[in-house]
Amino acid sequence: MSVERDVMEYDVVIVGAGPAGLSAACRVKQLAAAAGAEISVCVVEKGSEVGAHILSGAVFEPRALNELFPDWKEKGAPLKTPVKRDDIYFFTSAEKGFKMPGLFVPKTMHNEGNYIISLANLCRWLGQQAEDLGCEIYPGFAAQTAIIEDGVVKGITVGDMGVNREGEHKPDFAPGMELRAKYTIFAEGCRGHLGKQLIAQYGLDKNADPQHYGIGLKEIWTVDPSKFEPGLVVHGAGWPLDLVGTSALGGSFLYHLEDNTVYVGLIVDLSYSNPYLSPFDEFQRFKQHPVIRQYLEGGTRVAYGARAICKGGLNSMPELAFPGGVLAGCDLGTMNFAKIKGSHTAMKSGMIAAEAITEALIAGADGSVKLDSYASKFKASWLYDELYRSRNFGPVMHKFGSLIGGAINWIEQNIFGGKFPWTFHDLKPDYKTLKPAAESQKIEYPKPDGKISFDKLSSVFLSSTNHEEDQPVHLVLKDPSIPISKNLPMYDEPAQRYCPAGVYEVVGEAGDKRFQINAQNCVHCKTCDIKDPAQNINWIAPEGGGGPNYANM
Amino acid sequence: MKALVSVKRVVDYNVRIQVKSDGSGVVTDGVKHSMNPFDEIAMEEAVRLKEKGKITEIIAVTIGGAKGEETLRTALAFGADRAIHIKDDGEIQPLTAAKALAAAMKKEDAKVLLCGKQAIDDDANQTAQMVASLLDIAQATFASKVEIDGDKATVVREVDAGLETLEVDLPAVISADLRLNEPRYLKLPDIMKAKKKPIETVSLGDLGVTLAAGLKTTKTAPPPSRSKGVMVKTVDELVDALKAKGLL
Ligand SMILES: Cc1cc2nc3c(=O)[nH]c(=O)nc-3n(C[C@H](O)[C@H](O)[C@H](O)COP(=O)(O)OP(=O)(O)OC[C@H]3O[C@@H](n4cnc5c(N)ncnc54)[C@H](O)[C@@H]3O)c2cc1C
Ligand SMILES: Cc1cc2nc3c(=O)[nH]c(=O)nc-3n(C[C@H](O)[C@H](O)[C@H](O)COP(=O)(O)OP(=O)(O)OC[C@H]3O[C@@H](n4cnc5c(N)ncnc54)[C@H](O)[C@@H]3O)c2cc1C
Ligand code: SF4
Repeated sequence: MSVERDVMEYDVVIVGAGPAGLSAACRVKQLAAAAGAEISVCVVEKGSEVGAHILSGAVFEPRALNELFPDWKEKGAPLKTPVKRDDIYFFTSAEKGFKMPGLFVPKTMHNEGNYIISLANLCRWLGQQAEDLGCEIYPGFAAQTAIIEDGVVKGITVGDMGVNREGEHKPDFAPGMELRAKYTIFAEGCRGHLGKQLIAQYGLDKNADPQHYGIGLKEIWTVDPSKFEPGLVVHGAGWPLDLVGTSALGGSFLYHLEDNTVYVGLIVDLSYSNPYLSPFDEFQRFKQHPVIRQYLEGGTRVAYGARAICKGGLNSMPELAFPGGVLAGCDLGTMNFAKIKGSHTAMKSGMIAAEAITEALIAGADGSVKLDSYASKFKASWLYDELYRSRNFGPVMHKFGSLIGGAINWIEQNIFGGKFPWTFHDLKPDYKTLKPAAESQKIEYPKPDGKISFDKLSSVFLSSTNHEEDQPVHLVLKDPSIPISKNLPMYDEPAQRYCPAGVYEVVGEAGDKRFQINAQNCVHCKTCDIKDPAQNINWIAPEGGGGPNYANM
Repeated sequence: MKALVSVKRVVDYNVRIQVKSDGSGVVTDGVKHSMNPFDEIAMEEAVRLKEKGKITEIIAVTIGGAKGEETLRTALAFGADRAIHIKDDGEIQPLTAAKALAAAMKKEDAKVLLCGKQAIDDDANQTAQMVASLLDIAQATFASKVEIDGDKATVVREVDAGLETLEVDLPAVISADLRLNEPRYLKLPDIMKAKKKPIETVSLGDLGVTLAAGLKTTKTAPPPSRSKGVMVKTVDELVDALKAKGLL
């Protein structure tokens, strides 16, 4: 169906108002102003407002922010809680665990000088700065397709509004606009749906290891004031995941902010092998560990959410640029997983992209040739150096498990300064790691107690997720028969368990099973797009504004 | 004929309201705000009336802090021609809002004020009525249908017993109920154009209004949590359970 679309032309279009996209937007405007040039910048964000789809830990390293806004304190950036104490636990069972003596903590896990923040609120603040600098930001509008003409990316098309479930136009149909640009920055975060297509189309990953992922689940709690220690950071490895084995890895966090607010979360590597594993239920039972429970008891849970993270690091990073555009932030894979920090690296990558683009535009470039200066600036930056030092962390963990891998990492970080003379690789993509259900042990998860642990539906309710109901399903199955014909017999359809929002259900009697997709619950974490063993689920952007409405995530 | 539409910035209806731990109010920091849904309906109605040629100019008005500008931009994207931001960082209570709107009506010599029947944050359901009495003009609240013909408006209201049809002389205040219309999608080109439409900023003092605090919130508390339900298998069991509770 061809429709008439309005067109707007900009110098730079940015997809995604996360730390990467917004830092890029601010940087372009700052550099343009310094050079006396007029460069127009437009940012689209699929969330109903800036920050609505941002979910992070977050212990924030201010390095990139210091460079972008040296006066961020005076400008009122929401960095309020400095890290005061840093505890690391190895959990050996549901009851037991030991604290790692400070001596053995790898340098990458030291957090002096860092802040515990809500990344969503930092993005709201960055959005304000970007607007003050003259950028246009349009929340509630998702980039649906990249406009590619003669092999050059020319911008994006915003998703249509007012299309019904069958794909027909409703009376209030509003066709999405074309936003054309000389350069388009894709900063959609982990597993961006356009980034994924561009990486495939331009073969950007042909020299890279497969990307590796984790799913992070997070809750916000208001705790009993007597248990509250502002500035306390607790990281954990081991139970309920593996400490010595390698079949289910990950780590946990618990951060104390201000106003009796505590963030608690679990990150489960999507390289897990047991199809019966449910990251959501692992997280719920994790909170029952005495070390964690002591803080939560007597408190109330106020928010829930989930989001995938990219953990492949430098080894998995695709090429940065292609004709007409670049990737930045987690869309590119700039997360430093050894530190579990990706915000400052995302910001820095956006800033470097902005520098390369602004220079090119001022020199008169029209975007038609690939921007090689982005890669060279990246290589010369502290960002590259930081990611280089951490490149072995993920592969070593996957190979040796948290305890031994942790020891190797300690040696590398503290003795070799992150510069081991060799590099480990991990070549198995996460969708290939599941064992058949027949060879796997079922996991009996404890029933939620409604106080510390909860069921999925009441949790999703706390993400304030909302989608227009009458719209095409945004979780597209390439072959609709696979869930029941292949995934169910082989893996007991793991989507029922890895989706943290209960979107996928297998319903019906034996012999007459159906795969049901409750798309309106989707919290946009992207796990299904990553983990489906048949790579049959394609996440596309739903109608703009849909999805979670996270407040202080 | 000019129409004024009042638009209030409130916590978005999708947000799960959280009461501050000291009971002094609800958490608004970092929480998504948007235009009061009933004001969107009023705005939509104004645009439809303009499309029908019944009014010639739509002026959106908000009273409140700097962030209110976002709400005015939304109104401008809906189709308001211009906007007035009555800026004040204090707590705007219904009487203050009503006085400010009354002053704006006079200043603009507008013939109709379209507003929501209530704002979903305080649910006060007072502003429309107070503006009408401050200006000593007619009011038609809870409108589910509005027609304007010359200097008269015909308004269908939803009342408990059914529908009531009123004819009011203009100028008048009309407050919108849920079923008056379904607001349109905001289109990106309209949002872009809205950035360029004029917003006039005035203070309460400019309009001769002082910030009054006639009401004091003494306590905010969340509703008591619901006790767990019981599953019943048959209608008989349901009837027995209701009887046991003395409800039948
Ligand atoms: C549980 C968890 C804990 C973490 N802990 C930490 C920590 O402690 N410290 C730290 O530094 N980092 C942490 N991270 C990592 C950090 O959050 C990410 O690295 C960072 O958010 C990446 O920034 P980004 O701008 O690349 O992408 P994102 O923050 O993901 O932002 C992308 C934005 O683009 C929007 N978008 C996506 N697609 C489209 C589209 N097609 N159209 C329009 N808009 C679109 C999204 O809605 C989103 O707003 C954590 C992550 C998780 C999940
Ligand atoms: C922005 C906004 C503001 C609003 N403000 C107001 C307001 O101020 N005043 C007002 O009155 N309304 C208001 N409404 C409308 C009101 O909130 C909704 O109509 C109401 O919340 C719907 O309740 P429900 O979810 O129970 O509805 P429904 O799902 O439609 O249920 C209606 C009733 O049917 C019964 N029912 C439904 N399903 C089942 C089932 N499976 N088994 C047994 N019984 C069932 C229940 O008794 C239920 O309460 C507002 C709506 C919006 C969008
Ligand atoms: S449907 Fe996919 S993207 Fe949405 S919440 Fe579930 S796993 Fe995440």
